[in-house]
Amino acid sequence: MRRSSLAAGTLLTTLIQKQWPHEAVLISDEPLPPYQRPPLSKDYLAGKTARESLYLRPHSMYENAGHRLRLGERVERIDRVNKTVELSDQSTLGYDRLVLATGARVRRLNAPGADLEGIHYLRDIADTDALRSQLSPGQRLVIVGGGYIGLEVAAIAVKGGLKVTVLEAAGRVMQRVTGPEISAFFLAKHRDAGEEVRLDTSVIGFEADDDGHVAGVAVADGSTVPVDVVLVAVGITPETALAESAGLPCDDGILVDEYVRSGDPAILAIGDCTRHRNVFFEQPQRMESVANAVDQARTAAATLMGDDKPYDAVPWFWSNQYDVRLQMVGLSKDHDERVVRGNPRDGAFAVFYMREGHLVAVDAVNLPIAFMVGKKLVYQHRDVDAEALSDPDIELKSLV
Amino acid sequence: MGKITFIEHDGTEHVVEFEAGASLMQVAVNNAVPGIDADCGGECACGTCHVILAQEWFAKTGTPGPDEEQMLSMTPERAESSRLGCQVQTTEAMDGMTVRLPEFQM
Ligand SMILES: Cc1cc2nc3c(=O)[nH]c(=O)nc-3n(C[C@H](O)[C@H](O)[C@H](O)COP(=O)(O)OP(=O)(O)OC[C@H]3O[C@@H](n4cnc5c(N)ncnc54)[C@H](O)[C@@H]3O)c2cc1C
Ligand code: FES
Repeated sequence: MRRSSLAAGTLLTTLIQKQWPHEAVLISDEPLPPYQRPPLSKDYLAGKTARESLYLRPHSMYENAGHRLRLGERVERIDRVNKTVELSDQSTLGYDRLVLATGARVRRLNAPGADLEGIHYLRDIADTDALRSQLSPGQRLVIVGGGYIGLEVAAIAVKGGLKVTVLEAAGRVMQRVTGPEISAFFLAKHRDAGEEVRLDTSVIGFEADDDGHVAGVAVADGSTVPVDVVLVAVGITPETALAESAGLPCDDGILVDEYVRSGDPAILAIGDCTRHRNVFFEQPQRMESVANAVDQARTAAATLMGDDKPYDAVPWFWSNQYDVRLQMVGLSKDHDERVVRGNPRDGAFAVFYMREGHLVAVDAVNLPIAFMVGKKLVYQHRDVDAEALSDPDIELKSLV
Repeated sequence: MGKITFIEHDGTEHVVEFEAGASLMQVAVNNAVPGIDADCGGECACGTCHVILAQEWFAKTGTPGPDEEQMLSMTPERAESSRLGCQVQTTEAMDGMTVRLPEFQM
């Protein structure tokens, strides 16, 4: 039995496809079958897709295969000795194997006024529905956090006729996940579209109007930005409370080995809630991506079926902002050399990140071929000739 | 409503019903057909929904867009009639179509 959303849905699907001979129960406190979160700050927020099209699989697919979904119920407690979980309706369920796929919670701002009406966060469908209902033309939207979620929402809001200000505490946008060339490109893209993007700007509090609705965002330089709607998008914290109270080892994430086993061999953990090992990083890491959720789900399926395969997937990610698709593969943060292919001014280029002559990551802007080639080369840990990567006369494909 | 047959690389056939309008990827995914991952959920961002159409059907589904072509050019087992399943919208006329799935997705 297992619980929760994107990772859990993928796990259950994989088990169905591999004809796993046991019964699974998927428990989620959200009232919907597992669904894709990326569209929550993209097409679904823009009103371009229907809710049902976000579902990973139709509800009936799981049940036709003999598994059960218990939606709108929370797991409150794990009893590892008796191998049971206690649900919010006070019932208990026994398990042979338990998979935790509890995801993450949004990080809340700890500033005065942070719970005023009109201040939004974005993690689930209900959050997006609430935010979308506030995005009317002419409104002033302040987004706290220039990460990919904040920037995706900014682009949609601008297209919807709102006046958008992005406040970012760091010196560049998307600093945590990408290099300076990509940050600079996206900063220019957002500013050219009419957003005000303020870097090195920390929020210190929120001011209310007479009705207790947010009316201003106070920043560290003493100024206040007038506002109608606020989105706070400043990252997530892994949802580990349940695992911790059950005494499973956690350290900003449930600790799992390369077979996604937690400290208790009967309990696996997958997705955003884990800190895990992978041949592509030296230290255990936490990842916040669809790729990690689905790849760990497949590792878990193999572990459950006694066909242990160590987790060795290359991390990858994407983001859509305006007419730009950013595709990323690998982890760029420990690189020692960057090589740019193409020219950012043309709107299509890629940055290759090298460490000791190996390609460790690629960020591709409207250049899918660089992403695809990168996925192969990073996986193969290959030495790559940096000059060839930037030479427009050499086809990227020929380097694989 | 019509039927599409997905054939796995080992020859296993999956005959599934579809409603015109869904993408070929969705049709496969909704019916738990193995051999298609569709990790990005249809955003043309992952390249893991590679399908190979029968030649006569390929002509009828239009040609891959430029982004799709770049993604396809690196998929293992690329064939002349390859598409990304999420970029092919099904129509009534596809009743009876057969679609092959590669052994490995990207
Ligand atoms: C707005 C947005 C945009 C994103 N865009 C991208 C993108 O473009 N590309 C990308 O790769 N990734 C993106 N992501 C990240 C991606 O969606 C996550 O990495 C992924 O959803 C993680 O899957 P998961 O199964 O680990 O967790 P989740 O999908 O968060 O699922 C966890 C589920 O567990 C439930 N739960 C938690 N505790 C309990 C409990 N005690 N009892 C019952 N249920 C419980 C939660 O309510 C939730 O439904 C985005 C995320 C968001 C929010
Ligand atoms: S589903 Fe990702 S490219 Fe088609």
